[in-house]
Parts: sequence; C-alpha cells; structure tokens
Amino acid sequence: MDLTKLTIRQANKGLKNKNFSATELCQSYLDRIHKKNKEIFAFLTITDKMALDQAKTVDKWIAQKKEIPLLAGIPMAIKDIILVKNVKCTGGSKILENYIATYDATVVEKLRNQGAVILGKTNLDEFAMGASGEHSAFGPTKNPYDLERVPGGSSSGSAAAVAADMCCYSLGTDTGGSIRQPSSFCGTVGLKPTYGSISRFGLMAMASSLDHVGVISKTVEDCEIVFNSLKGKDPLDSTSISPGTQAVDFQIKGLKIGIPKEYFIAGMDKNVENSVRQSIKKYEDMGAKIEEISLPHTEYAIATYYIIVQSEVSANMARYDGIKYGYSINQNTKSEKLLDVYLKSRAFGFGQEVKRRIILGTYILSAGYYDAYYLKAQKVRTLIRNDFEKAFKKVDVILAPTTPTTAFKLGENTSNPLIMYLCDVFTAPLDLAGIPAINIPCDKIGSLPIGLQIIGQAFQEKQIFKVAGLL
Amino acid sequence: MISKKEVEHLAKLARLGLADKELEKMQKEIASILDYFEKLKQVDIIGVEPTTHAVALKNIMRADQKRKEFDSEQRTKLLSAAPETKDNYLKVKAILKENGSY
Repeated sequence: MDLTKLTIRQANKGLKNKNFSATELCQSYLDRIHKKNKEIFAFLTITDKMALDQAKTVDKWIAQKKEIPLLAGIPMAIKDIILVKNVKCTGGSKILENYIATYDATVVEKLRNQGAVILGKTNLDEFAMGASGEHSAFGPTKNPYDLERVPGGSSSGSAAAVAADMCCYSLGTDTGGSIRQPSSFCGTVGLKPTYGSISRFGLMAMASSLDHVGVISKTVEDCEIVFNSLKGKDPLDSTSISPGTQAVDFQIKGLKIGIPKEYFIAGMDKNVENSVRQSIKKYEDMGAKIEEISLPHTEYAIATYYIIVQSEVSANMARYDGIKYGYSINQNTKSEKLLDVYLKSRAFGFGQEVKRRIILGTYILSAGYYDAYYLKAQKVRTLIRNDFEKAFKKVDVILAPTTPTTAFKLGENTSNPLIMYLCDVFTAPLDLAGIPAINIPCDKIGSLPIGLQIIGQAFQEKQIFKVAGLL
Repeated sequence: MISKKEVEHLAKLARLGLADKELEKMQKEIASILDYFEKLKQVDIIGVEPTTHAVALKNIMRADQKRKEFDSEQRTKLLSAAPETKDNYLKVKAILKENGSY
C-alpha cells in the first residue's frame, strides 16, 4: 500500500486500526520528499527529526488507547512564510535566509495540539509576491505534472508538494489568488476562506487588508477537515472573527448558481472555458438552476488590487531593516552609517519584485498621490464588493474559472511584470471582497489540470464545500 | 511619465539601495504599471465610501492587564537574531556626530 496516497480519514482509520504506525506513515512521506525534492523543489526546509518526534508521540497516544484527533499523525507541510518555532522561516527571501522563528503561529499551535506531523516548510515567491513561484530567492518550484512548467504561485511549494504526494495537505496563503491559482495549475483543492476566519498571528504580513491563510489538499473532504480545525477567533489577531456555527440546509436541486459573464473573457484558453462550462452543465444536470449574472466592476479589479497591494507591501516590508533580525550589512562591516545599513541590507536582501512593489507603494502613498491612487482604489474596492453583494441577492453560489490558462512554462512570463499581475484576474476580486472561494480540479488538457472556482458568501464555507464535493 | 530621478528619490525615501542598472529597468517597469493603473480614472466613485478591510470591525479591546512576559529563553532568542546588541538592547549605528551634526 502506498501510504502517501491516503486521504486524512483513510490515514486516520489506518492508524487507529494499527494497519501502520504514525512513524511508518511519516517515514513514507519523508522518503518520498527526499526522492522527489531535487526535481520539484517544493520544500525549502525538511524537518525530518521534528516530524518523526511528532509521529512517535502520536504512536504513544495510540499505544495508550487514547482517542486521537483526525489530524493526529497526518503528515503535512507549511508555506515558509508561517512561523514554526525553532525552524528556519525565510519567506522565500535572502533577507531572512538564516532567520529562525522564535514562536509558533496560531495555526501551527492548533495543528500541534492535534498531533499533526510537520514535514517541512515549502517554497514560495518572495514574501508571497508572485504568481509562478519563480520569484523565490532560492530557485523555482516545478510543476509535478510537467517539470518545464510553473506550479503557479505564490504558494508554489505547498501546491506542488500536495500534487506530488510529498505531503497529505499543506497550508498556504492567498492575497490575490496565491492558494487557488497554484491549486488550479497543480490539480489540487485549494481554499481561500472568508477574510478573518483563520488567524494570521505568526504569518509574515504582505498586504494586511488582503492576506488570508488557507488550505491546499487532495480532496474537498480533507480541505474541510483542516479548515474546521483552524478557523476561529484568535485574541492575538484582532482581525480574526468567530462567525458562530452556520446551519446549512443544503440541496443541489434548486440551488441557484450564478455564472458571471465577465469571467469568460476574450483571450482566455478555449479548452479551459469548455471544461469549466462542462462542469457547470454537470451541476445543471444535478438539478441546480444556472443563471448568468454580471459583476460589472471586474475589469477594474486588477488595477484596484495592485494599488492596494503595493501600498501595503511598502509599509509591511519596512520591518526588514537590517537592525532587528535578518540579513544585515552590519554583520560584515563595522564602519557604516545607519542610513547605509538600511540601504545596503535591503538592496542585498530583497529581490526584484519586492523592490518594484516597495518603490511603487512608496510612490502611490506619497503626498499628492494618495487620493488619486490608494483612496480611489479603496473606493473601487467597495464597488467590487457591492457587485458580489448584489449578485448574492439573486444566487446562492457563483461558479467561474480559477485561471484563464493552464500552467505556463518557466520563464514565459518573467520579462513583463504586468503580464504576471494579470494571472490574478479571476482570483483577486474575491480577496478584495473577502469572501470564500475554493479551487477544485475539474478536467485536464493533456497532462495539465484545469481548475473550477466555487465562490460563496462570507462565512458560507460549508456551502461551497458541499457544492465542491459533488463534482 | 515617472523620471529616473523620481525613482531614485523614492528609493531613498524607502531606504532601498538600487544599482544604476536597476534604476533604469525599474523606471520603465513602474511607468508601464502606473499607466495600467490609469484605468481606474474611468470609474465614477462619487459618494462611494472606501473599504479598508473586507470585514468591518472596529476597536477590538482587551482587558487592561499585564500580559505574559517573554521568558528569558525567548528574550535570548529574539536578541540573538539581531546583528548587534549591547546589554540586552539592540544596537544601532550613530545617527548624530559628536558635535550634533550628520
């Protein structure tokens, strides 16, 4: 039996029935990682010892006949922008190349309490800025379905690791599509939950009004299990919320599904469009009512999104200054002025995309431009949210493609940053609105997966899991 | 269009060193991205309130009590991440000369 193919429930059952031990399960994944990581480069750090220690603890619980939680002993991976105590956390950046986390993120603490086995930290675009994984300071992750192609980004390693059976599930982050877009390219299930539903304490901030922590998995059921164990208010994150329990009386028959006409645009891959339309037809055959809707401000979403992101990035990146932690020119020379410590540490530590965003954000927020850019974008953001609010008066959920194309080739989109930005065209609006959306694989063109996006109202994750589970 | 000089000034404001070659490349790329942002000029926003966060929350308070302090192990670890420390403080370079100028 190949243990790296099991779902959470299957693995949990196997552990309880003593078909295999948590240590064996963990070792199967570690073997797989050590075999595969050279070509895929999904992991930046592999935490063999910590993982095996955690697995041994779970084996002890089982030997003591304790009731084990569903996630106990299940091997998983964490995007290297979320802190795991005493483990290196680089954010995919040279500026934190040797940074060791001093505490656990709340999500990590929750996982540990349930006995989760942490296999390692996954590769990403530097500080989650990118849509291909190619902006990692340590080298790109490859798409397991085609090693010449990108896995998507910024949660590149988290999606590729799940797709290549190098972990059972993983944590990612999504600011403009960074969970759903790589999930679409790698054929994984990827949830960006409602803004505030999962704590961000211990996550390195990129764009604070848009950052979400979420889950990448092989099945919808796994995704729901992990989401349920992570969600909820955290006193250490004042943007987090507990919405209370949502009672869902779900029936596909008569469910009103909206199809936004602005999400089927000229220039998108015809095969992607056909596959998504066929999936929609399947829901119609199950008894759902399909209705075309309009989200008229969609075409302004990318400009709005990037104005807000660059602004917030320029503020959030200020903390990497060569003084408190991370790379510092100070370490190499003792005779610099303070200003030079800043200039040189940041010049060396940051990659091109991060630098570009810092400069753009500084420009946008400078006196005389704030109203024209940041404030204006925040107002258009309101209009984009209103589009969804209006739509949800008519329909229960919205279906759309996750990305306009399948995975592109490494190097194909790196020469023009604007083209990379346009990868987020179908995903960024949901971050702006803060509402939940999940990618599920719905088809393939040749070897390359195609993703369908299911979008729900705020805190209605349960409903989108139900819809997703039917395909 | 944004000039090279402006980019240089912004870089200094952002405390970001840029090599000459980077400056030139950055200027072109930033100009094309700013052009794209012009798209928002088409949108009528009269009377629209800005959205600062997707979920509107305000003034999340906690009890005015002393919270758990860092233990000495954590303090040591946090300090050891800094490039230069002195007597359990972070040490930074001088920003003033002895005669007060700089």
